[in-house]
Amino acid sequence: MKNVPLEAGLILSGILFVLGLISVLTRRNIIFMLISVEIMLNAAGLAFIVAGARWAQADGQIMFIFILTMAAAEVSVGLALILQIYHQLKTLDSDAANKMRG
Amino acid sequence: MKELLWLIPALPFAGALMLIMLGSRSSKNLVPFIGAGSVGLSALLTLITGIQFLSVGDNVWTQQVWNWITVMNLNLNFSFYLDTLSLVFIFVITFVGFLIHLYSAEFMREDEGYARFFIFLNLFVGSMLILVLADNLLLMYFGWEGVGLCSYLLIGFWYNEEKNGYAARKAFIMTRVGDTALAVALFMLFTTLGTLNIQEIATKAPEVWAVGSSVVVLIGFLLLGGAVGKSAQLPLQSWLPDAMAGPSPVSALIHAATMVTAGVYLIARMHVIFELAPLAQTWVGIIGAITLLIAGFSALTQHDLKRILAYSTISQIGYMFLALGVGAWSAAIFHFMIHAFFKALLFLGAGAVIMLLHHEHNIFRMGGLRKKMPVIFWTFLIGSASLAALPLITGGFYSKDQILWFSLAGEKGNIWFFLAALIGAFITAMYTFRMVFVTFFGEEKTHVSHDAGWLIKTPLIVLAILSTFAGFIELPHTLGHVELFSGLLQPVLPDISLQAELTSKEFIIQLIAAGLSIGGVYIAYYTYVNNPAFASRIKSEINVPYNFWHAGWGFDALYNAVIMRPFVFISTLSKGDVIDRLYEGLVAIANFFNRVFASTQSGIMRWYMMAIVIGTLLVVTLSLLML
Amino acid sequence: MITFYVAATIAVFSTIMVITRYNMIHALLYLVVSFLAVAIVFYVLGAPFMAALEIIVYAGAIVVLIIFVIMMLNLKQESVEQERAWMGNNIFIGPGILSFILLAEIIYMITSSETNVLSEKVIEPKEVGITLYGPYAIGVELCGILLMSGIVGAYHLGRQKKKVVHRFLESQES
Repeated sequence: MKNVPLEAGLILSGILFVLGLISVLTRRNIIFMLISVEIMLNAAGLAFIVAGARWAQADGQIMFIFILTMAAAEVSVGLALILQIYHQLKTLDSDAANKMRG
Repeated sequence: MKELLWLIPALPFAGALMLIMLGSRSSKNLVPFIGAGSVGLSALLTLITGIQFLSVGDNVWTQQVWNWITVMNLNLNFSFYLDTLSLVFIFVITFVGFLIHLYSAEFMREDEGYARFFIFLNLFVGSMLILVLADNLLLMYFGWEGVGLCSYLLIGFWYNEEKNGYAARKAFIMTRVGDTALAVALFMLFTTLGTLNIQEIATKAPEVWAVGSSVVVLIGFLLLGGAVGKSAQLPLQSWLPDAMAGPSPVSALIHAATMVTAGVYLIARMHVIFELAPLAQTWVGIIGAITLLIAGFSALTQHDLKRILAYSTISQIGYMFLALGVGAWSAAIFHFMIHAFFKALLFLGAGAVIMLLHHEHNIFRMGGLRKKMPVIFWTFLIGSASLAALPLITGGFYSKDQILWFSLAGEKGNIWFFLAALIGAFITAMYTFRMVFVTFFGEEKTHVSHDAGWLIKTPLIVLAILSTFAGFIELPHTLGHVELFSGLLQPVLPDISLQAELTSKEFIIQLIAAGLSIGGVYIAYYTYVNNPAFASRIKSEINVPYNFWHAGWGFDALYNAVIMRPFVFISTLSKGDVIDRLYEGLVAIANFFNRVFASTQSGIMRWYMMAIVIGTLLVVTLSLLML
Repeated sequence: MITFYVAATIAVFSTIMVITRYNMIHALLYLVVSFLAVAIVFYVLGAPFMAALEIIVYAGAIVVLIIFVIMMLNLKQESVEQERAWMGNNIFIGPGILSFILLAEIIYMITSSETNVLSEKVIEPKEVGITLYGPYAIGVELCGILLMSGIVGAYHLGRQKKKVVHRFLESQES
C-alpha cells in the first residue's frame, strides 16, 4: 500500500466528528442522541489510531482500547437510564425531562 | 471637711436615685422631703465647707473621687476643685436651689408628675454642681451636657402639650450648637496643650502661646460659642423665651439663676485663654453689649409676664458678658450672684401670680394685685428694684454700677460699651417697672381666689432679703470702698486695671446711672399708671418696630428661613429615598440579568449541547486567532 | 491507498444516512456499516487488532445492545411519525452553520502544520499487549473499575420497581 497522508486521516476523523455533532444538536429522541455520541466517540478513536500510525507506535491503539472500554460502559449505563426515563415519562422526548430549570 | 467635698454634688444625685426607686407611689409628703432635703443638705454642707475653707485660708481644695480615664497621655480624674470662684457658684446653686425646691414643694403639689419633677430638678442641681466643681474640662463638659439634658426634660415637663415639646427641643438643639463649639475647643486644647486639667491649662497656655496667636484666639472664639449657646446670647438666644413653657420653678432655677450662667462660669474659669486672646475677649464684650440692648428692647414690648423676665435674663447675662469682655472678672461674678437672687425671686413671684390667677400669663389681664397678695407684691417689688438697679438700697445697683464703671474705665473698656450698658440700664428700669405697674397696680381684671401658702412665701422673703443686703459686700470707692467680694475672688480672677485718667470720674458715672434708673421708673409710672392713653398712643405710632421687637428682633423668623426651611425641604426630598434609588437600581439590574441567565437553563438538552458547542467554537477561534 | 479513500467515503456517507433516518433500526444498521468502514480504515493504517476490536465491541456489542433496548421499548409506528414531525426542514441550519465553522477550523488547523505520511508498519497485537500491560498497566486497572461500575450501575438503574400500594388503597386505585 502506498502511504496515506496524515491530514487525510485526521480530516476524515474531523468530518465524522462534526457529523456526529450535528446529529446531537438536531435530534430530539434520546436514543438518537446516544447513537450520535457513539459516532463522535468513534471519530475520536479514529483520530488516535491515525496518530499512532504516524509515529508507528502502539500508544494510539492503546488509547483506542480505553476509549472503546469507556464507550461500552457508557452505553450500558445510558441505556439503563433511558429505560428508566421511558418508564417514568412514557416518552422518548428529551424535552420532556426538563424539570431542572431556572 | 475637705473629704466631704464630694458629697455636695453627690447628695442631689442620691436624692434623685431614691426618688426614682420610690417612684410616684410614695406619699405626697415624702417626695418633697427627699427632693428638697437632699439639696438642703447640700446647701448646709456648702455652708460648713465654705466657712472652713475661708477660715483655713487655703486657696484651693481638691479631692479626687476616682480615676476616670488614663489612656496614653490623657489623664483625667473625677476630681473636684474648690476655690473661691467655685465656692461662690456652689453657694448660689445650692442655696437658691434649696429655696426653689421648697417653693416647688407647694407649687407642684397638685401635679401628677410631682416625683418626676423633683427627680429632674435634683439631677439638674447635681449636674450643675459637677460643672462648677470639676477640675478638668471633660468633667465640666459632663456637667454641661447633664444640665442641658435636665433643661430639656424640665422645659418639656408637661409633655402632653405639644408646644412644650417643641420648646424643649428648640432649647436642646440650639444649645447643642454651642456644645459642639465647646467640644471642638476641648479637642483643640487637648491636641495643643496635651491636657484638659484646668489648672494645667492655666499654667501651660501662656508658655505655649504668645498673646494674640491665632490658635488661642480660635480656641477663645470656640469657647465663646459654647458659652453663647448655654447662656442664651447672640446668636443663640431665641430658645430662652420659648423655654418659659416649663414650670416657673424651672424657669427660676435653670433659666435665671444657674444653667444660663454656666457660660459666664466657663469664660471666667478660662480667663487665662481669654487674656491670651484679646480679640476673642473683645468679642465677648461686643456680644454681651449687643445682646443686652436687643433683649432690653424686646422685653419692653412683651405682654407675657414670664417672657418679660426671660428677655430680662438674656439682657442681664449680656451685662455679665460685657463685664467679662472688658476684663472685669469679679464684677461679672458679683453681678451673677446678685442676679441669681433677684431673678429667681422674680420668677418665683411670677409663678405664684400666674398660679393664683389660674394660669393667666398676660400682664394686661392682671392688675390691682397688690392688695390681694401683699407678700408677693412686696417681694416682687424688691426684686424689681434690684433689677432696675435703684440706687443705694438694692444689691443690683452695686453690681450693675460696677459693670458700668468698668465698661468705661477698665483698660479694655471704651465709650461704646459704656453707652450700650447705660442705655440698657435705662431700658431695664423701664420694662421692669412697666411689668410691676401693669401687674400689680390699677384695677383688677382677673379675680384672685386665695393667697399662697408659707412654702411659697418664705423663699420669696429670703430671696428678697438677699437681693437687698447681698450687695453691701462690695461697695465702690466713692461709697465706702468695701471690697469683700473681689478680695474673695482675688486668688482666682485677676484684678482689673483702670485707665488712669478716668478714675476721678467715677462719682459722675454713678450719678448718671442712678439718674437713669430713677428716670426709667418714672417714665414707666407715668405711662402705665398715670396716663395709660400715652402708652397706647406710643404703641400705635411705633407699631412696626414694636412688632419687630416683640418677635425677638426676628431671629426666629431668620432661623426659620435660613436653616429650617432648607432642612425640611431636603428632608422631604429624600423622603422618597433618593439615595436608595441607586441601590435599588443595582438590585434591579442584577435581577434582570438573573432572569435572562435563568431562562437559558430551560431543561432542554439540545440547548445545553448548543451552548457547549458555541463555547468550544469560541475557544478554538480565539486560539487560532492568537496563534 | 485507494482502499483508504473508498472506505473513508463509505464511512462518511453511511454516517450521513445515520443522522437523517427517521426509523431507529435503519439508523443503527447504517451505523454498523459506518463502523465496518472505519474498521477497514484501521486495517489500512496498520492496526489490524483494533479493526477486529472495533467490529467485535462497537458494531457487535454496543449497537446490538441498543437494538435490544429499542426492541424492549416496543415502539410502534408512531415513533417514526414522531421523528418525522420533530425533524422539520430548517432544523439543520443552526447546528449546520456552527459545525461547518468548527470543521473549517479543524481542517485549517490540520493542514497548517507540516505534511506527514503515515507509516506502513503494521503493529502486531503482541506489541500492543506488551505496551498495554507494561507502561499502561494502571490504565488497565482503571478500565476494569470503570467496567465494574458500568455493570453495577446498569443493573441498579435498570431495575423496575413496582409501586407498593396498601391493599386497601389498591382497590381504590384500580
